[in-house]
Amino acid sequence: MAAIAQLTAKGLIKDFGGLRAVDVDGFTLHEGEIRAVIGPNGAGKTTFVSLLCGRFPPTRGTIAFAGRDITATPAHERVALGIAYTFQITSIFGNLSLYENVALPSQRRVTLDGNGKVRERAMAALERVGLADRAGEIASAQSYGHQRLLEVAMGLALAPKVLILDEPTQGLADSEIADFIALIRDVAQETTILLIEHNMPVVMALAETITVLDQGRVLAEGAPEAIRANAAVQTAYLGG
Amino acid sequence: MIRSILLHGLVIAALIALEPMLSEYHHGNLARIMVLATYAVGYNVLFGYTGLLSLGHAMFFAAGMYGCALMVRLAEWSVGPAFLVGVACALIAGIVVGFLALRTIGVGFMIVTLMFAEAAYLTILYYNEYTRGDEGFTIPQSVRAIGTLDLSDTTTRYFAALTLFSICLIASAALVQSKAGRVLIAIRENEDRVRMLGFDPFRYKLLALVTSAVMAGAAGAAYAVLFGYAGASFAGVQYSIFPLLWVLLGGPGTTLGPLLGAVLMFYLVDYASGTIMPGLAALVETQFGIEAPGLASAWLLLVGVALVLLVLFAPRGLLGTVRVRMIPWLP
Repeated sequence: MAAIAQLTAKGLIKDFGGLRAVDVDGFTLHEGEIRAVIGPNGAGKTTFVSLLCGRFPPTRGTIAFAGRDITATPAHERVALGIAYTFQITSIFGNLSLYENVALPSQRRVTLDGNGKVRERAMAALERVGLADRAGEIASAQSYGHQRLLEVAMGLALAPKVLILDEPTQGLADSEIADFIALIRDVAQETTILLIEHNMPVVMALAETITVLDQGRVLAEGAPEAIRANAAVQTAYLGG
Repeated sequence: MIRSILLHGLVIAALIALEPMLSEYHHGNLARIMVLATYAVGYNVLFGYTGLLSLGHAMFFAAGMYGCALMVRLAEWSVGPAFLVGVACALIAGIVVGFLALRTIGVGFMIVTLMFAEAAYLTILYYNEYTRGDEGFTIPQSVRAIGTLDLSDTTTRYFAALTLFSICLIASAALVQSKAGRVLIAIRENEDRVRMLGFDPFRYKLLALVTSAVMAGAAGAAYAVLFGYAGASFAGVQYSIFPLLWVLLGGPGTTLGPLLGAVLMFYLVDYASGTIMPGLAALVETQFGIEAPGLASAWLLLVGVALVLLVLFAPRGLLGTVRVRMIPWLP
């Protein structure tokens, strides 16, 4: 596959008060790839992807999507362009049914496309993560693992070009993780995946390229094997 | 969907069937309640479904009331077109206040709406020459008619109030069960998530606020026409708290909660000011020999107590509790 740059960031800086949370000179996500972002706690991973999807504006720097500058584009319009974000802290609509949770992004997609049926799309998204038989149940009554999957289903229902997953396997059981890896491989056939993940076996199983963040900066970037062998990464992680 | 249409149809049919059975006293009460319930239905769209707590809705009620009544009093318009002017005033007020107040969230929104309403109230008092301030003014019975339809006649008035209420009830039920309604409810539940699903929350919140303001304004204008009076007390903070109270009692986020809450609270206040509080005052006087003339008219105290009890023990309100316990499909 020819590597076409899809989502790029240049000179991206985010300061919180005196703290520089993100300081990424250059970042390029290529169309169709599965990219993992790893790094120790507090490395700025979530802040970094939040800048990409527009949850808050950068202090400096530019972000471009498919060649278009989107630095000033509000989050909801970036979603319309095709950048979807699933939350690290499960952020579902707890009082609503699973169906209503996925009906909302389905409705957005149907409106954007100008065709399709909300119900079909919503049920397909639930089907894909294996929650279709629970469509009528209340979201907050589900197990944590199921809530994580619902969160992913909400992202899928948007049919995004880039799906940003923020620690999707956190709190999942081992058996659920195996299913999750298969699901992401399947989704990756049509969508670029940007994955923040702590679980290294998941990262090694899925990622084609790994970006390592440490103290807001890109410490290393490359193929999984190269990252595994990288001395600087080992130092950052193991404090060695 | 069919269940929902049947339910709302039944409630409206019951209100029609009730009309010939009512005594003159309850007849007038119920007409008033239906107008106030229309106000509460509007409030519920914003508070119950979208999760935005306004403390200044009286300004929209008053915009409708004065928009209508002043056209009749000063420009000598007939009440039909004047009613529409009232609704238009509330619409404009809703858009302007929405653009400014919706920049804030939570407590900020409450304070900003409260301040706007206070400014509106003071404006009405300031232009005393036209509005007659607190004292207010009446709309003579002779002009309270549309064509040959005499709106001061009790039966006509009842059905006029019922028509307005039914339109707003059906409109609110249709809205909250529509695609836009799904977004409103989702904003109430988790606004940040709605934004990250590609919706612009501001647009939907503005839609809810303007819809709410228009219904409140229609209720205010109808009040002026049907009961022939406009006064500054309707723009006061009390009238911003009342719809909140009715909706909390009946069930926020239920289509029929506003009606139920308005009916119950109206009769509670009626009973409290007529029987409970004067009785309490008499009791205090005979038992303790303390004269407490203020106590007899302190029915607002009871309203306050009701509000506190509701928030503490039944935050979902009556129909909200029914929905959780018995009828999950209740719209």
